[in-house]
Amino acid sequence: MNIQKPPPAEKRGRYSAGVLKYRDMGYWEPDYRPKDTDLIAVFRVTPQDGVDPVEASAAVAGESSTATWTVVWTDRLTACEKYRAKCYRIDEVPNAPGSYFAYIAYDLDLFEPGSIANLAASIIGNVFGFKPLKALRLEDMRLPVAYVKTFQGPATGIVVERERLDKFGRPLLGATVKPKLGLSGRNYGRVVYEALKGGLDFTKDDENINSQPFMHWRDRFLYCMEAVNKAEAATGEVKGTYLNVTAATMEDMYERADFAKELGSCIVMIDLVVGYTAIQSMAKWARRNDMILHLHRAGHSTYTRQKTHGVSFRVIAKWMRLAGVDHIHAGTVVGKLEGDPNTTRGYYDICRQDHNALCLEHGLFFEQDWASLNRLMPVASGGIHAGQMHQLLDLLGEDVVLQFGGGTIGHPMGIAAGATANRVALEAMVFARNAGRDIVREGPEILEKAARQCLPLKQALDTWGEVTFDYASTDTPDFVPTTTAAE
Amino acid sequence: MRITQGCFSFLPDLNDGDIRTQVQYCIDQGWAVNIEFTDDPHPRNTYWEMWGMPMFDIKDAAAVMLEFDACRKAYGGRCYIRISGFDSTHGWEAVRISFIASRPENEPGFRMIRQQTSGRSVRYTIEPYAADRPEGDRYRA
Repeated sequence: MNIQKPPPAEKRGRYSAGVLKYRDMGYWEPDYRPKDTDLIAVFRVTPQDGVDPVEASAAVAGESSTATWTVVWTDRLTACEKYRAKCYRIDEVPNAPGSYFAYIAYDLDLFEPGSIANLAASIIGNVFGFKPLKALRLEDMRLPVAYVKTFQGPATGIVVERERLDKFGRPLLGATVKPKLGLSGRNYGRVVYEALKGGLDFTKDDENINSQPFMHWRDRFLYCMEAVNKAEAATGEVKGTYLNVTAATMEDMYERADFAKELGSCIVMIDLVVGYTAIQSMAKWARRNDMILHLHRAGHSTYTRQKTHGVSFRVIAKWMRLAGVDHIHAGTVVGKLEGDPNTTRGYYDICRQDHNALCLEHGLFFEQDWASLNRLMPVASGGIHAGQMHQLLDLLGEDVVLQFGGGTIGHPMGIAAGATANRVALEAMVFARNAGRDIVREGPEILEKAARQCLPLKQALDTWGEVTFDYASTDTPDFVPTTTAAE
Repeated sequence: MRITQGCFSFLPDLNDGDIRTQVQYCIDQGWAVNIEFTDDPHPRNTYWEMWGMPMFDIKDAAAVMLEFDACRKAYGGRCYIRISGFDSTHGWEAVRISFIASRPENEPGFRMIRQQTSGRSVRYTIEPYAADRPEGDRYRA
């Protein structure tokens, strides 16, 4: 019996057995016009030397949708044209030879409604290990309204969070309890009490405070709630502390969250490392239980920071707004952690706007309609202090939690004094801005004047006034606004 | 003690000139301005008494200052008076700024009651000392 050799690729039909180029299998369609209901992803594709960028990009479309390495006849049992992702546009990355932005459209039917896990498994699944690519980065995503509407969105949202806390018109203030490891429950609660009494709205567990030999979680929760209530009585204000319920299993997380609720906490927190499904579960729990849900983005820099490979944080921010957390750490610009001002601005807009305009200089590749999904409160944390208040308010706006950990607890006169310094600086700056002052220019003067009536602020300015973290960012936008000639 | 609700409680008490700047800010943002008062400053007392209707379509802070002054004449010294700006645009439809514009001279603060329950859990109740007296009578000398 003869075994027939397959004909050469160029003579074969689309569905003959064998290997075909991805671009010839329907994954490159330069004439395709994305539908309003399509999900669109833009990838930064860096092909291996000698690999054609169109073929590499078509392969990304293929490997993130229906393709495998060879033709399969079972495609013909499906409406396969519909299910194929289609790369329809490829641009060179400005100032980065060898890298390309590939725009790929996915039909809505490829995704399970309301599941970040399903979305992530599709779009950032196998394809990131694909050999013909040197590197691959998911830069941004346009989520169709039809898909957005399948998600709960932030459990509480900025508006209702403010109403519950009875705090309007200024950024919220927080601090992470330090040292992050080693304090006993009793000592930990002391830090919480002093910081809240001194003027903060929130204190926060750090990402790796869970339940360790030095402090069992129940102990922490009990002492923290004593501190929160005592601070409320001392100030007449609503106070909160983010009790970290991150744990090994979902059952443990629910147990901890339920205990936090029973004790009267208004907020709990989780870490990004618990995974998308656990985050969505906790968001649903938070909505059922009238609880604000804080997300610490622990671990994200492992895949968001380098521009060539991974997933941009703007995508993670979009996913988290869908998933339903209420707070997300989104950078400070001026603090100790990575954060280019324009890129960070893009993240904040994703969190807080109902409609994002396309804005390449902020890293936003697409217009995005959020269809009245609740807004997500960004959190600025990491190496910020009272002396930067004018910059923080100017760069980050009003709907943000400013978290001064070291900048509160490290105050020479103690934690309550550190908290007071931050609160006075904040209120003075908001007042001045509202009164029409140019806070960027006059900021230091406004702070100095406020410090004349507030010794703790004076001491804070004397201690940290000059501290800056001035390093080049790695994750910067690829596009710069065209300058127009000055009149 | 000093109740630190609102936007500017950590600053020295605002004078009328200060208050006017913030009212004008609200007007410039297109917000309605509302004056409210209470003698129950519990942190979860959401509904303070309204001094008339929220003032929509006001052009000049002077009109609000007249109302504030009238409210202060009626309740100053024995109530907290707060001024808030309300934004009716889509996505907000909420208070955007709120600050205490007048407060009683003597603020006795809050009592915290601990009810010991099962395990080591405690149920906390916070109540203003002033609330021991009937409404309207709480901050009279």
